[in-house]
Amino acid sequence: MMLEFIQHLVNGLSLGSIYALIALGYTMVFGVLQLINFAHGDVYMLGAYIGMYTAHFFQLGQNSSVLALIFTITVSMITCAVVGFLIEKFAYRPLRKSPRINVLITAIGVSLFLEFSGQLLFGPDPKFFPQIFKPSGDWSIGELKINPLQILVFFISIILMSVLQTIIFKTRLGRAMRAVSFNHDLASLMGIPTHRIISYTFMLGSGLAGAAGVLVGLTYPKIDPLMGTMPGLKAFVAAVLGGIGNITGAVIGAMTLGLAEEFLVGYWAPTYRDALAFGILILILLFKPTGLFGVKQTEKV
Amino acid sequence: MKLLFSSNSRHGIASLRNWILALVLIWMAHFFVADEIDPYFFSIIMYAGINIILAVSLNVVNGFSGQFSMGHAGFMSVGGYISAFATTQLETIYPEWFAHSFLMSLFFIFILVLAGLGAGFVGILVGLPSLRLKGDYLAIVTLGFGEIIRVFILNIDTIGGARGLPNIPALSSFGLLYSWVVITIFCIWRLVNSAQGRDFLAVREDEIAAEAMGVNTTQAKVRAFVVGAFFAGVAGALFAHYLRYLNPQTFDFNRSFEIIIMVVLGGMGSLTGSVLAAVFLTAIREALRSLQELTRIDFRMIIYSLMLILLMLTRPNGLLGTRELIDFIPNGSRKKKKSLESHP
Repeated sequence: MMLEFIQHLVNGLSLGSIYALIALGYTMVFGVLQLINFAHGDVYMLGAYIGMYTAHFFQLGQNSSVLALIFTITVSMITCAVVGFLIEKFAYRPLRKSPRINVLITAIGVSLFLEFSGQLLFGPDPKFFPQIFKPSGDWSIGELKINPLQILVFFISIILMSVLQTIIFKTRLGRAMRAVSFNHDLASLMGIPTHRIISYTFMLGSGLAGAAGVLVGLTYPKIDPLMGTMPGLKAFVAAVLGGIGNITGAVIGAMTLGLAEEFLVGYWAPTYRDALAFGILILILLFKPTGLFGVKQTEKV
Repeated sequence: MKLLFSSNSRHGIASLRNWILALVLIWMAHFFVADEIDPYFFSIIMYAGINIILAVSLNVVNGFSGQFSMGHAGFMSVGGYISAFATTQLETIYPEWFAHSFLMSLFFIFILVLAGLGAGFVGILVGLPSLRLKGDYLAIVTLGFGEIIRVFILNIDTIGGARGLPNIPALSSFGLLYSWVVITIFCIWRLVNSAQGRDFLAVREDEIAAEAMGVNTTQAKVRAFVVGAFFAGVAGALFAHYLRYLNPQTFDFNRSFEIIIMVVLGGMGSLTGSVLAAVFLTAIREALRSLQELTRIDFRMIIYSLMLILLMLTRPNGLLGTRELIDFIPNGSRKKKKSLESHP
């Protein structure tokens, strides 16, 4: 009983940390642009594929090591950052002054485009992610068996999130990002290059999504071009749950969602898994639209 | 009711006579032409009809009222499942009823309305809470409700669950389906050109200003939502009894996206635009089908998505914007609409 509980806890935290990496991208982009970047989940899918091709190209599947893993994650993060930059530059920047609904439609378009050109490029069938890091058996504490990969995923996510936290709160770039998310016009009056900061935000968020892609490939090694949609939407729910635009909130929201999903599947009703996230979303938007840690904004006429 | 039947001769296209003429033509085609058409081509015509109903009904919500809903496939599935459950149950209990095809068609009309009402009721349940939200949030919550509906259907075993619901009697005929196309366009045309329709437009243009002018915005939004859901339910029922098989997977959010693309392409706020886009996109889908079967890659979606992005970059109001086709005919033009061209 206790054993099963800890098992679900570990699974939930590992799942939650992947959601968290994706949710951070959503929450940062929403912070600076007030836009739900629907394509974000598909950047995560690209991250997984880039990781897979990198591993194949350098034949990292044969000699697995932590170094190989770090290398793959870095390549994937950089490539995804470039993709994020391009998406922002060509799809969202021209619409900066358009009504929000148009930007939303564009975001859906970009998302569908990435998914289905992913099918064209990578083939519609699921592919297996090479084992770039192969732990030697499960860790067992008494009767409890824990897959070290899940612990690894958790810790890599924590490291990446702390790096992000440092960037946002300790560097000039981070200060500029916070300023832009506070008010575009004021920020540019203060000499902040708004467009460039928005680009950087997209790159940071997409890089994290790329890392999440590799990490998910590591733990659930079957990847396909449409794998990004559901985790993308759920990560968005996590961001809303924590209070969208709030970094710490996104992480806590994602962990909560990961755990909730895992316990629902483990103890109660596995078939309702996909409904849970949306149920949470609806409840939170109806009763506390600012999320758990968000700041209330009043609508101005 | 007065709204629907008061004849307004000012608008050539809105006079009742033309609509009745359209119905007569459809039934003539049904009895004299429909059997001659090549079955494959016929199926494209049928799917185009279903897509027209879906696109036109979603336009009431997304286009005329400006409430971006992404859960239309959910309402479609509610209508489809209600009607399919009703007819399959009836067929097992009273198989002799199904021998009289004419009686059954009459009865099917009743079931269609029932399916629409069921979907409309779900529309109220979904709309009342979620229409308090705006823009992106509303979009994602309606998407969420659509998915929740799908997951629930997936878990109801009496209607097949994940296996799907097979052996639905084939009751959607050409005449019936296109009669509903005409009825849908007629009702929605009358609705959006009525006082209530002006409430929708006011909400779309500026919700706060509309409220200040005394429009009950919540009521207007829910009303638009329920009308959209009703016709989506009817479309779902017609779809179920044409395809004769339902599977929850058919109604995932990609299906909703497809309908949204039709509305956006045709112009949010243009009924004829939606009709054209629905026919056009159904045709494209079939044109690419052989390529898709060969490669198992959905080229259609690549084209759709590029279309969406380019449209938003170059012509954000869709092909027709808020105009109707008749506005392009020099003498048939409706009285000039007052400055409702621009979207907020």
